[in-house]
Amino acid sequence: METYALLFGSMLSAGTVLALAALGELISEKAGVLNLGVEGMMLCAAIAGFATTVSTGSYIAGFVAGVLAGAILAAVFGWLVIWLGSNQYATGLALMLFGTGLSAFVGAGYVQESLPARMRFTWFGLGDIPIVGPALFRQHPLAYGAMLLTALMIWWLYRTRAGLVLRSVGESPESANALGYPVRRIRLAAVVFGGAMSGIAGAYLSLVYTPLWAEGMVAGRGWIALALVVFATWRPLRVLLGAYLFGGVMMLQFFLQSESIPIPSEFLAMTPYLATIIVLALISRNATWIRINMPASLGKAFNPVS
Amino acid sequence: MTDLSKRNTLRLAAAAAAGVALTGYGIRPARAADGEPLKAAWIYVGPVGDNGWTFTHDNGRKAVERKFGDRVQTTYVENVPEGPDTERVARDLVSQGYQLIFGTSFGFMEPMLKVAKDHPEVKFEHCTGYKTLPNLRTYEARNYEGAFLAGIIAGMMTQSNQLGLVGTVPIPEVLRNLNSFALGTRVTNPKASTKVIWINSWHNPPKETEAATTLINGGADILFQNTDSPAVLETAESMGKYAFGWNAPQLAYGPKARLASSIIDWSYYYTHAVQEALDGTWATGPNQWWGVKEDTVDLVDVADFVPDEAREKMEEHKAGLRDGSYAIWKGPVQDNTGKEVVADGVVPDDDWLKAINFYVDGVEGKVPGA
Repeated sequence: METYALLFGSMLSAGTVLALAALGELISEKAGVLNLGVEGMMLCAAIAGFATTVSTGSYIAGFVAGVLAGAILAAVFGWLVIWLGSNQYATGLALMLFGTGLSAFVGAGYVQESLPARMRFTWFGLGDIPIVGPALFRQHPLAYGAMLLTALMIWWLYRTRAGLVLRSVGESPESANALGYPVRRIRLAAVVFGGAMSGIAGAYLSLVYTPLWAEGMVAGRGWIALALVVFATWRPLRVLLGAYLFGGVMMLQFFLQSESIPIPSEFLAMTPYLATIIVLALISRNATWIRINMPASLGKAFNPVS
Repeated sequence: MTDLSKRNTLRLAAAAAAGVALTGYGIRPARAADGEPLKAAWIYVGPVGDNGWTFTHDNGRKAVERKFGDRVQTTYVENVPEGPDTERVARDLVSQGYQLIFGTSFGFMEPMLKVAKDHPEVKFEHCTGYKTLPNLRTYEARNYEGAFLAGIIAGMMTQSNQLGLVGTVPIPEVLRNLNSFALGTRVTNPKASTKVIWINSWHNPPKETEAATTLINGGADILFQNTDSPAVLETAESMGKYAFGWNAPQLAYGPKARLASSIIDWSYYYTHAVQEALDGTWATGPNQWWGVKEDTVDLVDVADFVPDEAREKMEEHKAGLRDGSYAIWKGPVQDNTGKEVVADGVVPDDDWLKAINFYVDGVEGKVPGA
């Protein structure tokens, strides 16, 4: 029983990285800008956070550095795509490549470094309750932060005026512009927020999840987060559940391997992706639902002078 | 002023590019004149900053520079993907006049063979390969000996009798390491049992962490790995268990968790190969497989808190490997279904070791795909 509780707990932390990056990307896409550079931003944030914490000894400083790294890269991307009108897909890929290379370059000096004492959490002693404790109460604060963020995002997007404005910019920037909203600035703000969230996710990875720096350590999770947003049809709760599903099946397949279940490990390695695609596709198979939730101007440039 | 219409500009650009390409790949002697330094190049599959496989190869390269000084000129190319890119990099190095080229990954085999056939005057060395040519030979390290020595310590120190190994891809090389580790644990602890999780990747720190966590949650208290990053060691440290460094010392990552490190020291092999090239005695031949005896593989930096008994047992077996009196794979050896794979008193040869495709008694589960 203890093993299953630990499995559940590790599912939560595995899903947190994906959830944080995906929720940020969701806001960016809701405003109509598709940022393919999530992986690059996460890598830069990972090295920024790691290097800062190694130099200053403070985890808070590390997370702040990660957020800034993600936000700055996203701001550059936003300027290129929104003001200069460059192709969103190509620029996003360029950002990804740039981020990968820059992080490797900066990180070359930090490969041998390790962080000050690892954090262990048990909230108000709840972490010691048998079964429920290891399952729910031994997480880093950001794991709970991801859940809180999802709730806040649902409220903000669907119950506030500001969220409505963001969604309208994503649906029809021409109409929003005609109503007098500063479409480009709203899009930039959304993109920067997406970058900041990728930054937090990257910093979480290098400071909490695998506290070391190794080149390319994000290992494709940025791409998974990107795909999650689409498969979850741009709904925050589905994104969160998709992230946990992916993280959970990933831990489950390792668990099955260690229990010597006679399924080939290559097949098991496929299951997280397969499960996530199947579940999310089934939930969102209604074509009307997809039409309602997909931002209509996603990927299209907007030029207010035209 | 030249005509700068679009069509003409494109034509000019194409001509300029062709001109540059032709001069770049122009006729250049492949053999340096006497008195000029020997040019040697290394092709790496990963980054020098991986603190593992590629890191140790680069340390070997630096040792060559230190030993031979002005007589050699070295370079390296990192992060070269296996496939057409390898060929491109190899051809580029040849055209720059490099006469001795080392390729450090199994997947470089076919591209290197192709380039070697086209340039018989250049010497190639392929790590962990098995095909040779008159100007291409293969070499590797017996890191399974390091795994075995680690197993000796692990078997003595485990309290749950459960060990875990984070494996990469279930190819004979990794199975050999896994089995040697298990054989080591059984030398000191007949009840020791090893679980293995395959992450199907050589370098993926988050997955390594997840696999290590799963093994520890399943009861393992000492971990071993075949992956390239220190993530497994780091996870063991954070969960209060033990692990080993792999390929490189990785001292910083687990001050309380690291029992010892199984390392590869390529400096001996690389200085030997470069010396042969300088002396003119370099020749192709059977696979060069160097281990503890040649100081290429070792179990080092045994932690202070390891009990003396375990340390002595390990040193005893290391000495046996060094002088050739002890053979890890001497029969009788059974696989984990009870079948005998090595008969009593038989010591299998290198070819048999390279084709291992089973789990030895002491490892749980079944080889994936077998």
